[in-house]
Amino acid sequence: MKSGMSIIVRTVTRLVYGLALVYGFYVIMHGHLTPGGGFQGGAVVASAFALLLVAFGSAGIKGLLNAHLLQTLEELGALAFLGLGFAGIGTAFFYNLLANTGSCFGATVALGPNVGPLDTGGILPLMNWAVGLKVMTGIAAVVLAMLIGARQEEAE
Amino acid sequence: MNLGNMPFVAAALLILLGIYAVLFKRNLIKIVLGISLVETGVNLLLVTLGYRTDGIAPIFTLAPRAGPMVLPTPQALTLTSIVIGLATTALLLSFVVWIHRHYGTLDVRKIKELRG
Amino acid sequence: MTALMTQHAPVLLIAIPLLGAFAVPILGKLGRGARDAFSGLIALLTAALAGVLAANVFGQTGAASLYVLGGQGFQLPLPSGMSVPVRIVLQPDGMSAFMTLITALILLAAVLFSFSYWRDRSGGTLYYSLLFLLVAGVFGMELTGDLFNFFVFLEVTSIAACGLIGFRVWRKTSQEAGFKVMALYTLSGLFVLLAIGLLYGQYGGLNVAYVANALSGGTLDLIALGLLLAGLALKAGAVPLHMWAPDAYGEAPAPVSAVLVANSQASLYGLFRVLFTLYGPAIRTETAGWLLITLALLTIFVGVTMALIQKDIKRLIAYGAVSQIGYMLLGVGVGLAVSVAKPDYGFVAMQGGIFHMLNDAACIGLLFLCSGAVIRAAGTSDLDRMGGLAHSMKWTGALFLIGSFALAGVPPFNGFASKFLIYEASFRLSPFLAVVAILSSILLLAVFVKAFQAAFLGAKPSVPVRRTSAGMMIPMVALALVVVVFGLFPGFFLDRIVTPAVNALWYGRDAYIGLVLGGG
Repeated sequence: MKSGMSIIVRTVTRLVYGLALVYGFYVIMHGHLTPGGGFQGGAVVASAFALLLVAFGSAGIKGLLNAHLLQTLEELGALAFLGLGFAGIGTAFFYNLLANTGSCFGATVALGPNVGPLDTGGILPLMNWAVGLKVMTGIAAVVLAMLIGARQEEAE
Repeated sequence: MNLGNMPFVAAALLILLGIYAVLFKRNLIKIVLGISLVETGVNLLLVTLGYRTDGIAPIFTLAPRAGPMVLPTPQALTLTSIVIGLATTALLLSFVVWIHRHYGTLDVRKIKELRG
Repeated sequence: MTALMTQHAPVLLIAIPLLGAFAVPILGKLGRGARDAFSGLIALLTAALAGVLAANVFGQTGAASLYVLGGQGFQLPLPSGMSVPVRIVLQPDGMSAFMTLITALILLAAVLFSFSYWRDRSGGTLYYSLLFLLVAGVFGMELTGDLFNFFVFLEVTSIAACGLIGFRVWRKTSQEAGFKVMALYTLSGLFVLLAIGLLYGQYGGLNVAYVANALSGGTLDLIALGLLLAGLALKAGAVPLHMWAPDAYGEAPAPVSAVLVANSQASLYGLFRVLFTLYGPAIRTETAGWLLITLALLTIFVGVTMALIQKDIKRLIAYGAVSQIGYMLLGVGVGLAVSVAKPDYGFVAMQGGIFHMLNDAACIGLLFLCSGAVIRAAGTSDLDRMGGLAHSMKWTGALFLIGSFALAGVPPFNGFASKFLIYEASFRLSPFLAVVAILSSILLLAVFVKAFQAAFLGAKPSVPVRRTSAGMMIPMVALALVVVVFGLFPGFFLDRIVTPAVNALWYGRDAYIGLVLGGG
């Protein structure tokens, strides 16, 4: 897996990789309006990482993704999620203290079909981002670990 | 189109196929695939439980009409189950990688160091 | 601050170990001391929270309390005027508080033991992370009042437990055990999910009190009950679904084996919650009770006889743990079988069975920690190849003996108190049950005496033996103190801790349902 794949695959990957990232971030961002959310968007971004790994091989992306950075970001995502849960502890755990208040992400929501305004939802979009960060770094770490494992198998 | 009971039958078939694969297949990866099939069958069953006749997707953003919608709760349950299935399969496959590295084989009949 | 802790104790019991699990890797980068101090702090905080919750719940004689996640009340008023119960609730009642006490005790002992376990090895950071994740999942299973939430925490504990079983990746048997246990745990979780799906499809709700109120006991409900029984009994370790238990307990690191006992007991708690509170009078409790009693007798007998032939010390203790699960099933099964007429001996049987959960956790935890010290001293876990450890490890030998006697039901230790209640009550139902139970206890005593003789007695070994360090000794002595104190004053603890738990299961179903459906 060191050398990656042919030049056609690598060129197409360079073109498509950005699109996949943007799509993944869109799915995370709009999780409270359309189907998607933290896990789904994180999985899309992680599959973009996996595409990079397969196309360029582990030698090509050395320095871009290393296990320590991924692990630290993963922990930060998880801690952010728990912190958001603790934020409303005055009333209850996981209390949505930003919803319907007018501050960031706090516009009031009308019931029934609507056009989907982005700044609704309270702490839900923030939790989506935390979970999305954790999932994308977590799945990327898993894929990277299995790739390193496979490379060690080939070396033996 | 009236599907009748077909989704339930499909879910039951998937679960039975998965259990057959777990019990009777010898390759470790096939056992993991069997577990994955059982998960898929259960997820299909969960999603089918929420269906209401003539319902549309339970999304308010740019919804075509305000009419009957299918239940959203089973869809949330299925999403959670898929996430759990991902973590489970990742852990199982990691174990398979390490077993292959230690034992040199993936045949479940030859991996019997722990007996009694 | 204390008011905050008291009010939010149920959710903090789950959130603080989760916080520990996520923050330990970051603190681990600062060095071993920071990681150990942080882990100890999380364990102490969790134990304090469990104590606060127990004081709260037992102070009101086992009445359930409600904690709604994410809002004030759990009713959502729709524009049409109807209100639907929507939020996930945590509903700690007497039985839940009892189980959290057990788990907190085992967590404290395991974390203290782990400090010395990892003193001269590297890679412990992820171990603490997985341990806290496992404990967070166990607390979640014990406190929740929502069926799907129970399934999610069940899977969390499965994944964390298997991660810990296969943690030492350089051992080939650990990987084999990890794979087998994970496959079985996943299948059992999927059976539980299937049952929850069936119940949801019929009644349209996931809240335990809501479904319990609406349950009617038709064919689909019985299928769901069968699936739930199969899944939860597999995870608890009842025969004939116990095959994973010796592999799991034997291959995990010693402190993890103690926490895995708490894991199995949480599934047993789930089984009791399903049978008593979820289904309750909707099924023929006599049939269900006799089914539990049959499983219990099989478990007791098979566990002890398989322990006779074991050569590995941890697998021997693991089979002992499996047979003790049978005692708990026996006590509660007798209670379930007579729960319609509710005679006195049914209450006593439930007291014995539930008290035995605490005693078994303490004794098996003590035995596993002793075996960890023994394996480290002898360098092997094979009983045939070790010997003469009593010359240098007197205290460890004495503690091992205390644990063995307590588990076999010898007075004045705590095992005698709970086992005597079980013998007495099951004899009233059918003398055969008490005879099997007593004979198996005697056999268990013989098994452990043989293990003690193989490990500790004999000629002094030729190579120098690593003595048990103080860090390992403190949690072992603490658990032994629990064993002795609970044995000397069983009545005190029975009245304060066990009776509210039994009341919550036996009499508390209407209060449990009424708390959610009767008010806001």
